[in-house]
Amino acid sequence: MSQKIYVTGIGLISAIGDNVEQTLDSLTRGKTGIGELELIDTIHKTRIKVGEVKHTNEELIKRVGLPADTKITRTSLLGMIAAKEAMMWAGIKDTNDFRTGIVSATSVGGMAITENNFNDYLNVEKTGDFLDYILTHDCGDSTEVMAKYLHIKDYVSTISTACSSSANSIMLGARLIKNNMVDRVVVGGSDSLSKFTINGFMTLMILDKEQCKPFDKDRKGLNLGEGAGFIVLESERAAAGKEILCELTGYGNSNDAYHQTASSPTGDGAFLAMEKALRLSGLKPKDIDYINAHGTGTEVNDLSEGTAIHRIFGDAVPMISSTKAFTGHTLGACGGIEAVLSVLAIKYNLVFPSLNFTNQMNELKFRPSTVLETEHPINHVLSNSFGFGGNSSALIFSRH
Amino acid sequence: MEALIEQLKQEIIAQLNLDGLKTEDINPDTPLFGDGLGLDSIDALELIVLLDKNYGLKILNPADGKKIFQSVRSMAEFISENKK
Amino acid sequence: MENTTKITAACVIENGKVYVNSKLDFAAEGSATSLDFLKAAYTHYQLNYPKFYKMDSLCKLAMVASELLMRTNRINEKYASEAIALIIANGASSLEIDTEHQVSIADEANFFPSPAVFVYTLPNILIGEIAIRNKIKGENTFFIFDTFDEDFIHSYTDSLMNNDKAKCVIAGWVDFYEDKYRAFLYTVERTNEGEAHTTTNINKLIDNKLNFERN
Repeated sequence: MSQKIYVTGIGLISAIGDNVEQTLDSLTRGKTGIGELELIDTIHKTRIKVGEVKHTNEELIKRVGLPADTKITRTSLLGMIAAKEAMMWAGIKDTNDFRTGIVSATSVGGMAITENNFNDYLNVEKTGDFLDYILTHDCGDSTEVMAKYLHIKDYVSTISTACSSSANSIMLGARLIKNNMVDRVVVGGSDSLSKFTINGFMTLMILDKEQCKPFDKDRKGLNLGEGAGFIVLESERAAAGKEILCELTGYGNSNDAYHQTASSPTGDGAFLAMEKALRLSGLKPKDIDYINAHGTGTEVNDLSEGTAIHRIFGDAVPMISSTKAFTGHTLGACGGIEAVLSVLAIKYNLVFPSLNFTNQMNELKFRPSTVLETEHPINHVLSNSFGFGGNSSALIFSRH
Repeated sequence: MEALIEQLKQEIIAQLNLDGLKTEDINPDTPLFGDGLGLDSIDALELIVLLDKNYGLKILNPADGKKIFQSVRSMAEFISENKK
Repeated sequence: MENTTKITAACVIENGKVYVNSKLDFAAEGSATSLDFLKAAYTHYQLNYPKFYKMDSLCKLAMVASELLMRTNRINEKYASEAIALIIANGASSLEIDTEHQVSIADEANFFPSPAVFVYTLPNILIGEIAIRNKIKGENTFFIFDTFDEDFIHSYTDSLMNNDKAKCVIAGWVDFYEDKYRAFLYTVERTNEGEAHTTTNINKLIDNKLNFERN
C-alpha cells in the first residue's frame, strides 16, 4: 500500500504578490507582474521586460526580521519568505515533533551578489566584511540558510536542474516520505534575477522585448522573472487532523535526449514525463481538468510541449494555460510557484488565464484559456516544468 | 563576392569546428540549417558571433538571422551590403 | 546464476590505447596530443558522427568509449530507451573547457564568448551527448570524486537495477584535463553471462585484468 502524499501548506512570492493572498488577487483580476526592470543595474535595462519582486534586499531582510547588516542573498530571502508562509499555512510550529526536511531548488544561488563583488574578490588588496558573501555563492547555501531560519535539521538538500529544478525538488520530497526517511518536507525553489541570467538569455536570443505570449503563433520568447514557491508535503501520520489542501498523486522526470539546450520538436521528454506522472497517479488523461503548462513563450518550448500534450491527450486537451505571462519565467523557482498555483486551482476551482494570447499556433489544435474560468470543478491538475539539457518533469495534484 | 564566399566558408569551418569538412564540400547555395549542413541553434549563435567578431556586424533580432543564414551566399550578400 | 547483476562489456581508454573487453583494440601512441589521439580513434573506428568535431575533448573521449561499448554488446537494441541508465563520474569536472571559455572572455577588448564552447562548461553534458547519440532516456547522474569510488558507483548501480529503475546501466569514469585523460565505461545487466558485478571485478576491469573470454 503506497503512502499518500498530502499537501498541507503553500507559500510564494513573485512579481504578482508577496504571499498567497496577493497572488490570488492578481491572478483573478488578470493583473500581470511583468514590466520594467528597476532593481538591477544593467545595460539591458531598457531592452527587456521582467517579472521583478519590487522590494530591495534591505526591505526583504527587514521583513524576515534579520539584522540590517546580515550577509544574505536575495535567493535565500525570497525562499525564506515563501517557505515560512507554507509552514505557517501547514500550522507547523515545532519541527521536532516529526522528522522534517527541506529540499530547495535554485539555478543562480548567490550569483546576483557574486557578479557585483567579483572583481573585488580577486583584488587581494581589498578587504572588508563584503568577503563574507563568498560563502553565499554556492547554490546549497540558500537552502542551508532557509533550513536554519525554519529550524529544519533532519534532511537538507538542494537541486539545480535548470528550469525543472523545483518540480524535481517536489518529486524528491515525495520520495523521501514514501521511503520513510522523513515525515514531512518543505519543497520548492527560489531564484533571484541576476545579470548573469539576463546576459545568458540575451545571448540565446530568446527574450521577448514586450510581454511574452505563451502558445501564440507570434510568440517571440520569454520574460525572465524572480521569486520563490514552496509547498509542505506530509505523510498521512504527520498530516492527521490538518486541513489537506490536496494530494500529490503523480510525478515523473525524464530525459529528452535531443539537444544541449533545445527541446525536441516531437516533445519526447515532455511526453515521457507526463506519461510517467499519469501512470503513477493511476489517472487517465481524461481525468485531468487543467494543465498548468510550462509555456515559456519561446518558439521551441511551446511547440515541443504542445506536441507532447497532443500525444498524451489526443484532440481532447483539457483546459490549459501558462501563468508565465503573470510571473515571468522564474527558472529554478517556477515549478514551486506553479505547484502553489495548481493547489489554488483545486482549492478554489479556478483555471487561470493565459495572458497575451491572440492567435492559435498552426501546429496545435488547442487554444489556452484566456479568461478566468470559475465554473468548472477542478479535481486533477497537471503541472509541467522543462529544463535545458532535456530535463523534463511533470507533477499531478489531486483533490483530497 | 566569390572571394568573400570562399573566405566565409573557411571561417565557418573554423568557427563551428566542422573538422573534416573542406570548403569545396560546402555549396554556397545549399541551406546551412536543417537538411543542408545540419547546423543547429547553437551554431546559429556562433554565426552571429562570427559576423560580429570578423565583420563588426551585429544581429540583434534572431528572426533576421533566419534570412541571413539561409546559405553561405546570403551571408556574403549581407556582409557586402552592410560592411562599413 | 540468473537474476544477478553482471558486468557484460567494458571499454578502457588511456595512454594512447583503446581496450575493449580487456583486449587491446587500437593504439595510436605516436599522437602529438590527446586530442589528436581521439581524432585518430574517431577515424579508425569510423564513428561517422560529424557532431563529434564540435564537442569538447571530454565529450569526444566519452563518445569514443561509449560508442565502442554500444558496438560490443548492442544494449541499445536489447533494451527500451528508458530502461538504460547512465551513471558516470570524473575528477576534473569540465575544467578543460571551463579554462578555454575563461580565456575567451578574459580580454574586455576582444570579448567574444562562444556559445558552442559555453554549452560544454558542465561535466554532465557528456552524459547528455551519450544519451543524444544513442537515444538513451533512462536515469542519468554525473558525480565528481577525487578518485573513482567503486563502492559508491557499485551500490548506486545495483540499487537502480534492484528497484527496477533500469535494466541496464552504463557506469564508469571519463576524465580529461591538461592533455591527460582516462576513460573506462562498462555495462551492467541482469544476465547469465559476464562477470559478477562486484567492486573487485570493477577494479580488475579498470586494470584490464577482467577475463571476458571465459564465458
